[in-house]
Amino acid sequence: MDILTLFIVIPVITMIGIVFCKDHKQVKWAAAIGMGIQLLMAAYLIIHFLMERNAGNTAEMLFVKDVVWFPSLNIHYLVGVDGISVAMIGLTSIVIFAGVFASWEVEELTKEFFISLILLSSGVFGFFISLDLFTLFLFYELAVIPMYLLIGIWGSGPREYSAMKLTLMLMGGSALIMVGLLGLYFHSNPSGGQLTWSILDISKVHIPVDVQKFFFPFLFVGFGVLGALFPFHTWSPDGHASAPTAVSMLHAGVLMKLGGYGCFRVAVFLLPEAAHELGWIFIILTTISVIYGAFGAVWQKDLKYINAYSSVSHCGMVLFAILMFNKTAMDGAILQMISHGIMTALFFALIGMIYGRTHTRYINEMGGLMKVMPFLGVAYVIGGLASLGLPGFSGFVAEMTIFVGAFQNVDTFHRVATIIGVSSIVVTAVYILRVIGILLLGKIKNEHYEHLTDAKWHERLSTGVLIFGITAIGLAPLWLSEMISGGLGPIIQRLLLAGPVH
Amino acid sequence: MLIMRHELLLIAITVILLLIEIFLPHDKKHKIILPAILLMALVTAAGFIPGPTGVLFGGMYGTSALILLMKNILNIGVLIVFIQSVSWLKLDDQKEKISEFFILLLSTLIGMDYMISSGDFLMFYLGLELATIPIATLAAFERYKEKSAEAGVKLIFMSALSSGILLYGLSMIYGTTGTVYFPEVAATFQSTPLQILAFIFFFAGMAFKISLVPFHLWAADVYEGAPINVTSYLSVISKGAAVFIFTIILYTVFAKIALMWRDVIYVIAILTMTMGNLFAMRQRNIKRFLAFSSIAQAGFILLGIIGQSQLGMTTVIYFVLIYIFSNLGAFGVATIISNKTGKESIDDYDGFYRTNPMLSLTMMLALFSLAGIPPIAGFFGKFFLFAAAAKQGLYILVLIAVLNTIVSLYYYLLIIKAMFLNRSDQPIGYFKSDGYTRLGLAICIAGILIIGFASPVYEFILKLSYGIY
Repeated sequence: MDILTLFIVIPVITMIGIVFCKDHKQVKWAAAIGMGIQLLMAAYLIIHFLMERNAGNTAEMLFVKDVVWFPSLNIHYLVGVDGISVAMIGLTSIVIFAGVFASWEVEELTKEFFISLILLSSGVFGFFISLDLFTLFLFYELAVIPMYLLIGIWGSGPREYSAMKLTLMLMGGSALIMVGLLGLYFHSNPSGGQLTWSILDISKVHIPVDVQKFFFPFLFVGFGVLGALFPFHTWSPDGHASAPTAVSMLHAGVLMKLGGYGCFRVAVFLLPEAAHELGWIFIILTTISVIYGAFGAVWQKDLKYINAYSSVSHCGMVLFAILMFNKTAMDGAILQMISHGIMTALFFALIGMIYGRTHTRYINEMGGLMKVMPFLGVAYVIGGLASLGLPGFSGFVAEMTIFVGAFQNVDTFHRVATIIGVSSIVVTAVYILRVIGILLLGKIKNEHYEHLTDAKWHERLSTGVLIFGITAIGLAPLWLSEMISGGLGPIIQRLLLAGPVH
Repeated sequence: MLIMRHELLLIAITVILLLIEIFLPHDKKHKIILPAILLMALVTAAGFIPGPTGVLFGGMYGTSALILLMKNILNIGVLIVFIQSVSWLKLDDQKEKISEFFILLLSTLIGMDYMISSGDFLMFYLGLELATIPIATLAAFERYKEKSAEAGVKLIFMSALSSGILLYGLSMIYGTTGTVYFPEVAATFQSTPLQILAFIFFFAGMAFKISLVPFHLWAADVYEGAPINVTSYLSVISKGAAVFIFTIILYTVFAKIALMWRDVIYVIAILTMTMGNLFAMRQRNIKRFLAFSSIAQAGFILLGIIGQSQLGMTTVIYFVLIYIFSNLGAFGVATIISNKTGKESIDDYDGFYRTNPMLSLTMMLALFSLAGIPPIAGFFGKFFLFAAAAKQGLYILVLIAVLNTIVSLYYYLLIIKAMFLNRSDQPIGYFKSDGYTRLGLAICIAGILIIGFASPVYEFILKLSYGIY
């Protein structure tokens, strides 16, 4: 069996293993072992991938496996990875591994919880390795549906409302994607002949511009819904706030990246002319996302809402960077996806742990937590500094690259958008520092808090893994950046052919 | 002889069952259950043995490999209905009428087989009536219940009305073309105003049978009143058979006016999906709920029919096959709950997962399959249906359909919400379901899980569909 298929097989085996577990403890360890293997596999994949590249293998996709599935419709099980997908797989396996340990204390229906969680992650892994649009879509929907149960059963607050809202909005997005994909398929061979679902094959044909302009909005908005594109982001704050910790982590950390990844791998890459012509609409929308999300976070009092809005802002930046159509910005977009993925997962994990102790998420009711739980406090500060783009952490590298790239577009429209986008960094600093100030520093507001304990071992493990990820990217971004650039090559080339790049 | 083997086998087992019925003493009627199911299983298996195909009675009756497949699909469905209805048949009210149930159901199936195989409008009509009239008896099966009797009467009136409309259309076709044989009608059809009118009458009559909007209102009342197993039969098997013959006639007889019926179906598909969904959302009774959801599903099937190609024909059959398993799965769970506790309201399902996890999971799979969620079969069925419509360039229609699936997902999630999310002070207690129910549900689950992944099923249907269009 090839290595990529293993990324789907291992979660499936883990799920089957969990079904046969007898008690909570076994379930948790089965999940942890399964996802641990997944993490090791991801590490192996990255090393193996880099070795192949260094050995001079310049194929667009590596480890390709192609099995015909529905011959008459030319649907294949076609998997393969380039630098970008490898990076995303690495991100996913880190976050899901940390997520398992962050949900160590789930007591109710433990078995069902971990099965749904791992089902979700297998959808995500499948999405990132698919090169066939049909299987890509299949995995996409597979990743969305378990969210309903995860939020609905184990969530908090208005969980039923949030779960329904999130599911319906995301499935609404996938409705648009489905129309777009069918359109791509039936136009994948303008000269007549065998139609194809393969991303690689479609990227070699020229689809008529009118057709492109018709389907581009379907695909970009469809994936954009998951990437929290304004005004389709409203599922995000409610969904994240109601979700249990691990689900928020996985959702903000990885699932929202599916949107960004789909936008550029499918919408922009396959329909480049339309992207050039219609890009301005979406640049306006993403700029609004960036700045609106940042301001939204400032007004909120609930920790999860703050982080959810900040995710809207950061994910908006990803889409914004993709639409800048140059290599530097796109490079930044991918870096931002990974950096934000780990960072926001760290935040949600910490929020979950703090909430588990204080039983409130309102920042005004808390204070001085640094004194009682120094480990969690320091971790929160690290996450916060990474989020506002302090050099030395991943956030800085990503945002710097994005805005350097964005500034290469010299016309007024792009300049204005970029300047508005950049100013969001200041707003980010405001809400991050404000939360740290109120939450961690100052006096302890509630005497009950004085007896709270610091992080337990599984919580330390969970946060430790994530912090390691943030600093590794921040201190040595080059290897990651290089890996991504290799994958971006063909995409940029196609975009350059399609239209003017300033 | 062998060409008509499906029908002959069914007639044979009907006669055998009648004989057994005669010799069974009054208080041992339930002994017929096992032979009935075994015989039906045998016939279903025998249906898959390859055999001759061809035309009989000068073109009045004909089969092809594709039609044989349709009959096999119906056989499988009826077999599942047989198995699922055992727990209901054993209740006190029904236990004296067990054999009647099987025999009536078999005679409607024979009618459907003749209808699908028909080569002219006379045979078609004969089969249609044979398929409809016993169902009215079945709908009124629980005759002590007012609603059941009402359902039977409504069904007989409605089918009389729609048959009348259909017959009027057929008589006009005969009057203008001078023949009732499908190939000859197709050849001499000239779309004069009278012929168009005839087509409209035919279409309306069929729309009644498939319960397309605006001819759907009978469905909800009949479905609610009829015993739940009859409802499942009506909404799955009977609808499937009507869809099969409808597609065949549209593709072969009315191929010349394809551009015209395409527009009609375009509008009716949108209406059916949307209305079915909007009504389904408000239902609290599980039977009415599934009735309206099946109306919406019929709207989706129209998207395949509009595909007008080998792809269209294939996707329709494929979808119906998957739909049989999914819908019978959902009905199976509803049946056992209704028989064990008498509860048919969705509100009663609160907290069901905590008391009966396996049944809840079955229901969830079936509903997800109906909603078209991957990786189960319903996803493939719907995706391919929409692909058939997209192939014609009808992207707006596809968009409306996909948005409708989101609406349908909402109300399917409402049931899942009741079962999994809601807590209840008085949930339905734990009960042990009998072996027949488990077997029936296991078959449905296997179908739902396998048919999608197993691409050979789809490819097989595709191969057979060649030439029908």
